[in-house]
Order: sequence, then structure tokens, then C-alpha cells
Amino acid sequence: MANQDFPLIFEHSKPGRTSFSLPELDVPEVDVAELINDVYIRKTAPELPEVSELEIVRHYTGLSRRNYGVDSGFYPLGSCTMKYNPKINEDVIRLDGFSHIHPYQDTSTVQGALEVMYDLQCSLAEITGMDEVSLQPAAGAHGEWTGLMMIRAFHEANDDFNRTKVIVPDSAHGTNPASATVAGFQAVTVKSNERGLVDLEDLKRVVGDDTAALMLTNPNTLGLFEEEILEMAKIVHEAGGRLYYDGANLNAIMGYTRPGDMGFDVVHLNLHKTFTGPHGGGGPGSGPVGVSKELAKFLPKPILKKNQNSFVFDYDRPNSIGRVKPYYGNFGINVRAYTYIRTMGAEGLKKVSEYAVLNANYMMRSLQDEYVLPYPQHCKHEFVLSGKTQKKLGVRTLDIAKRLLDFGYHPPTIYFPLNVEEAMMIEPTETESKETLDGFINTMLDIANETKVNPEIVQEAPYTTIVKRMDETTAARKPILRYKK
Amino acid sequence: MEFRYLPMTKEDKQEMLEKVGVSRTEDLFSDIPKQVRLNRHLNLQKPTSESQLMKELTKKANKNVNVKTHTSFLGAGVYDHYIPSIVDHTISRSEFYTAYTPYQPEISQGELQAIFEFQTMICELTSMDVANSSMYDGPTALAEAANLSAAQTKRKKILVSKTVHPESIEVIHSYAKGQGIEVVEVDHKDGITDINALENELNDDIASVIIQYPNFFGQIEPLEKVQQLVADKKTMFIVSSNPLALGYLTPPGEFGADIVVGDTQVFGIPSQFGGPHCGYFATTKKLMRKTPGRLVGQTVDEDGRRGFVLTLQAREQHIRRDKATSNICSNQALNALASSVAMSSLGKQGIKQMAWLNMQKAHYAKRRFQEKGMEVVFSGSLFNELVINVKFSVTDLNKALLEKGFIGGFDLERVDKNYSGYMLVAITEIRTKEEIDVFVEEVGAHIG
Repeated sequence: MANQDFPLIFEHSKPGRTSFSLPELDVPEVDVAELINDVYIRKTAPELPEVSELEIVRHYTGLSRRNYGVDSGFYPLGSCTMKYNPKINEDVIRLDGFSHIHPYQDTSTVQGALEVMYDLQCSLAEITGMDEVSLQPAAGAHGEWTGLMMIRAFHEANDDFNRTKVIVPDSAHGTNPASATVAGFQAVTVKSNERGLVDLEDLKRVVGDDTAALMLTNPNTLGLFEEEILEMAKIVHEAGGRLYYDGANLNAIMGYTRPGDMGFDVVHLNLHKTFTGPHGGGGPGSGPVGVSKELAKFLPKPILKKNQNSFVFDYDRPNSIGRVKPYYGNFGINVRAYTYIRTMGAEGLKKVSEYAVLNANYMMRSLQDEYVLPYPQHCKHEFVLSGKTQKKLGVRTLDIAKRLLDFGYHPPTIYFPLNVEEAMMIEPTETESKETLDGFINTMLDIANETKVNPEIVQEAPYTTIVKRMDETTAARKPILRYKK
Repeated sequence: MEFRYLPMTKEDKQEMLEKVGVSRTEDLFSDIPKQVRLNRHLNLQKPTSESQLMKELTKKANKNVNVKTHTSFLGAGVYDHYIPSIVDHTISRSEFYTAYTPYQPEISQGELQAIFEFQTMICELTSMDVANSSMYDGPTALAEAANLSAAQTKRKKILVSKTVHPESIEVIHSYAKGQGIEVVEVDHKDGITDINALENELNDDIASVIIQYPNFFGQIEPLEKVQQLVADKKTMFIVSSNPLALGYLTPPGEFGADIVVGDTQVFGIPSQFGGPHCGYFATTKKLMRKTPGRLVGQTVDEDGRRGFVLTLQAREQHIRRDKATSNICSNQALNALASSVAMSSLGKQGIKQMAWLNMQKAHYAKRRFQEKGMEVVFSGSLFNELVINVKFSVTDLNKALLEKGFIGGFDLERVDKNYSGYMLVAITEIRTKEEIDVFVEEVGAHIG
């Protein structure tokens, strides 16, 4: 990475330079100003940059060099499943027949696309053990909200209007309680026990006739499998609530167990995690939802169906919660996920989970002597360490994360989950080699040693990055959210 | 069978198992209760080799009529525009597309700066103070805006013009349900929001008024009149806007809009069957701390060097959990990048030129339809879409047009039975005079 100040695209701007290549006007010109009320004709041009094509290319190439992706190096960001994003996926979605089809074309003209969507729905239903799937939600949180709205519709269809609460574990992703609020529920927390699992006694205490649902990731955000899932399902179902599965951690269990078989009623998946849609620097994602038979009639509309010889959209869904997104979901990400599933097949997907779990356990056991491991049992695809020993020596988890940058690694997720002090959440994924894992392990052990002998080195890291630690306090107190000349 | 994405060798596996202290990987799954174990293989198609899969999926793609094989006059929210070649080259840089949300600013300055630039461009186009890093798409951005207005005004009723995209209205209804917000749809008159009807519905219970500009029928809504109606009221003014049109039209910010949203698909993003596109969300300084989604801010590092960070995160779900302003986490960063490249490419001059070309072509098409004796349904000013009455089944007409190499316009009967025979036609800058002439001829020939 180049160590230099990097101008904004606006700072390259010079009047008279252009980079566009628009067609010439080939129709008789009309005086547009005469056809529109003058009030609606823009008087001040928007200050978009005036730059040549090469300047744009250099600018964005430069920006890309100031960024770090999975292709750059190891990215063990827990709960985010930063695995390799296969190149064939990128080639497939760029085929004209996928990339340049319009959502309102007659369905007879897009049968190839509908077939892919339909096959993907069926594959996801099989992988999760659910009965029906909708590809409409745009991302994980969007899927969560969609699922909760279905659960809400389900209770209301039973004339049950008192189910106002959604239970979430204290270790849950932040989106869980936030989605509950947006869906009109009150989020209630259930505690974890000393093994890092949902405390059944506490669950029994919070569950009741006002429980709409329990939201759960399994394995949970500590990377631990909720062993008593059947008992939990029983408690919630007997109280009349429904079980929601947050599919963020599906990478741990494919081919081993399925949310549907564990008793979940609604599932969302993050196709940009487990199924290799790239994260794109924050999106786009795709968050399909799967449901049991009981809830199928509430799915967002339209539903893609297979008739005798063709695929069609069914809009006649009187119980549907309605539309949650325009058109049919993030098709571009769905096609990538489909390509991945076809590449791996059942055998490959099971190996994915097998190796994701082995990699995580190997790293966990290699690091547990130097970092506190709060929950000693085998983990699944990720694990959480605590930096509290290091904290006593004056080195915080944030410092360790920053020190990792000097060695070319993206740090783990830090300070999450909230129920572990100075948390470091590490998810290696299955696509990383043992050599890569060993390199990271050795670096982590070196940093633990630095913490003991020379903590300042860690406290003042990073040293090799293009910028040092940023002043985030001023950024929030005096926000500058746009460029001005 | 070997898998090219999985580097594990037998030796690696053995060494790792020894370190973990188990004899086989199965033991690591022993915490999964026997009753819920899957005791069979998943029923999926067999693993497929790269060349086979490419061949098969190319075949499937080729089954689909598309805007490269046919000449499209279909819009209705998703448009066939010029995409500069540099867009795809830029977003194919894997440092961008294989990165996560830029949580670690020291190694994410590229993404953060790109978003900061996107935010600036959206502010410029809409004439608003603040824009976020992107939303899923235009309609969900609009629904978030509607929910925000209810939270901000503590009112539970919103007014939506029926000239807003029908799927946006559907999404607004779905989102509003969760918050117990009542959605009232306001009629239109001659394809434009009925200002009298709007005035009649306006009272102190209304959280916001939602207008689309240009609207679903391609008409330029009289934002000035709406502004006058909501002025001095607590009611918020929300505008959904095609950002390309704002290259030529007065931006909603100049009409006192509190929130402006829309979709930047028009800038460098292919239609890809409706998604992913890229929602934008712009608002006032006053609402900055209520804005959903990620915001990037400028700051300095320890050495005083300029840099960028995710900021005002106290609004967001990972900090505030159930008290967050929205549950949004993923956004459309890569598509926002695509749009930034396209907007940079157009620049200050090109954006106006492109918008102007759209209007020129649309007006030419309007004249040609009229010369052919076809009724252009609404009389107001238009941007790049218009409604014609073909007095014929649009679906049948489109089938015939397909044979002639055209993707015809949107059948408005799909959204309202009263619009039988109405076709919404989109004409963008890349439609040539010849294409328009032949299209008008063919439509005329078919409806007789």
C-alpha cells in the first residue's frame, strides 16, 4: 500500500475534462425548456467531478490498493464467513442472459433465469430442511424482519394478538433485537449459562403466552452448538411461540443437521456468507427465507412456482405478508450462490462444514494456552477468545487487532459477542490452508509474547498501514459526511 | 472427490486432529443430538466441474431474452442505460468486491473513501445535506423513510401518492404494518398527484407525504405545490427520485424535502432481473442522527493525516440493538461503487447531457406515437417515460413485438384493471431514432 495522501475524485476535477461517451442526438431537437415549467429546470449543476477516463481508472485503482479483501489475505472475521469467492460465480452472473434481463419481461422469455431461481429455492429448502423458500429478502437482517413479520401474521391469523415479545439470547447478533423492533415486537433477552449456551431455566422464566418467537443462531455466536435445542423448541412451541433460525452460522452444519429438523419454523440464510456471494465491501447480499408448511401461506409474494412445463409467479396469495422488496430479490447474488451449490454438491457442502469446524478447533486449541478460552468444549465453525489476561498487562483486544494489521492480517471480530469480556471472535473458514492458519496462530502467539515483554509495541500499533489509528471521536462529534470545495 | 476450494490434505487433517485431541472430525459434531442428525446425504445434484457448469449455465442464460439480444422499451423503475466500460473493470477489483464492511479503517481507506465520495455525489444530485452509504434499493429506502417520518413526528399515518411506483407502495405497506402505521393512498388526476385530494387528507395526524419525481408514469410532479401544502406543518416531505432525472430537473432539496430516496441503478448497474440495484437515502442535517444504515465521515489519524471512518454508529443495530434506527446491516456498497464510477464518468456536464438526451428521445417518441394516431394518455411534462393507449391487449402486443426484436413497454393493466390497453414506454439515451421509428411503426401495425 502506498504511503501517501490520496486525493478525493473531486480534487482531481478540472472544468472542461470529461470521461463520458454519450450517443449524439439523432432526433430533431425540441426546446425542452418550453415543455417544462421553469421551476422544475435545474439552475445549479451538481458538482460531479470533471475528470478524464484515465484519471478515474487511476483513482479507483489507487483506492482498491488501499483496501483489503479475501483475495488480499486471511480474513478471520467471526460471524461473517469470509471464505473464498469463486471466480466462476462472477463469470456466470455476467452472462448477458442473466445480467441484462428486465424483471418485467414476460415470464415466457426468462425461463432460464426462473429455472435457476427455482432450483436454488429447492436446494436451500433441502439444505435447511424447510418446506418452502422465498428468495425475495435482500440481506440477512431483511430476512430476519421478513421472518418475524410472517410469525406475526401467523399469530394474528389465529386471532392471537397478545404475542408482543421476541426472545433473543444475550449472545445474539445485533440485528436480531433490531429486527424484532422493526417488526413491532419487544425484544426480551434470555441469558446464557456457564457453558455459553441458552440457560433453559431462564428461557422457561421469560417464555409465556406473550411470546411470539425465539430467535436463535445454532451454533450460536460463541461458535457453540445449542445441545438442548429440542428441549428449547419444546418449551417455546408449548407456550405457543415459534422458532426463528438466524442462518448466519450455517457454514458449520451443512449436511450434518438441518434447522428444520431441529424444530425451527422460519429460517433465513445469508447467501453472501455460506454460499460465497462476495461481500462487496458491505453488500449487496441476499437473505432468502425458508418456512415450515404451517407458515408457507404467509411468505412474501409473488411465489415462484413450477407448472407442468414452465415456471411462473403466483401473485394470488391472500395471506401473504406482502412484498418486502421490489421484483424478485437480489437475483445477481442468488445466481452466484446457485453456481456455488452446483460446484460443491451434497458431498462438497458437507466437507465445507467438516473443514470449517476442524480449522476452527485447530486454531482454538493452538491459541488457548496464551489467550483465555472462556468455554472449553469443542467449537463449531468459529470460536471466541477473551483478551482479559492481556488487558491486565495494559493491552486491550483493540490493540491486538491493530497489531495484526502489521502482519498483513484482517483482525477477527472484536468486542462481540457482548457476553465475553474483551472478545475476539475468530472464524477461519474451510477455504484456508493449514499453512495460513499456522501463520496466523504464530503471529497471535508472538503478539501475546510482545504483550508480556514490550506492551507498548502492541499498544501503539499499527505501524505499516497507510494511516494510523483514526480519531473516531471527532468524526462523530463534528461529522463531516461529504466533500465541499 | 477433490474440491478446488478446499485445501485440506490427508496429512493436514491428521496433524490437526492430533492437535485437537480427537481421532476423527465426526467427534467434533458429537454435541449435535442424535435425533436431529442428518443420517443421509443431502439430496442435491452431483458436484459439477467448472467447464461443465459453465456450459450448462450459459445454455440457461441463453434461453433468456435480454436487452442485448432485443431492443428494449421497458422501464417502470429499471432502465436500460449506457454503462461505461470502466464500471465493471473497477468493481471487478477484488480488493473491493471480496472485502467486508470497512470495520478496520487502517486497511479499508479505499472503500471508505469511495463511500464518502458516493455520499457527496448523492448530496450534490439531490441538494440535501447528508446521504448514507446506500440501502438495498429505492423502494425499501422509501419504506425506511416512511417509518423514520412516523418515529420522528410521533404520528401514525402517512400519505402516499398513487403515482408512486406500485411495488414501492406495496413495500411501504409491508414495512408500515410492523410499526402500526396507516398508509393512505392519494389519487392522481391526469397522471399527476391530485393536489386537492392531497390537501383534503392533510391534517395534524400526518407524519409524511410521499411523492415520486418523476413519477411512475414518467410525469414531472409539481413538488412546489406539495411544498406549499406541507410548509409550516410538522408533516415531513419525502421524495423518491430517479437520480438521473436530477441532472436536468430541480432537485427535491430545493423544494424543502426532508428525505430524498431513490435507486442508482440508472448509473452503471445492469438490470439483472431486478436486483441487486442500489438504494440511496439523503436527508437534512436535522435528521442526520436518525438516518438508517452506514455513514462514512472524514477525520484524521494520529499523525493528522486525512482519512475516513464509519461514524455515528450509535444509530446502528450492532451498537444499539433493539433501540437502533433501523435493522439494516448489509447495504449495496459494491453497487454504490459502480454508480460512483458511472457518475464520475458522466461528471458535471455529462449528467445534464444524459438527462437531456433522455428527454429529447422521449419527446420524439411521443410525437411519433401521436403522428401515428395513438393516444398519449397523460398531458403533463415528462422525463423519459410516457403512457400510450394502444386499445389492445398490451401482453399480446408485446408477444408480437418480441418476434420483431423488441421488448415492449410495461403493461399497466398489471397494476390496475382500469389501465387496460395502457402501455408505459421508456425511451433512454441509447435508443436510436431508427429504433424508435421502427418500434412506433410496429406498434401501429399491430393495433391496426
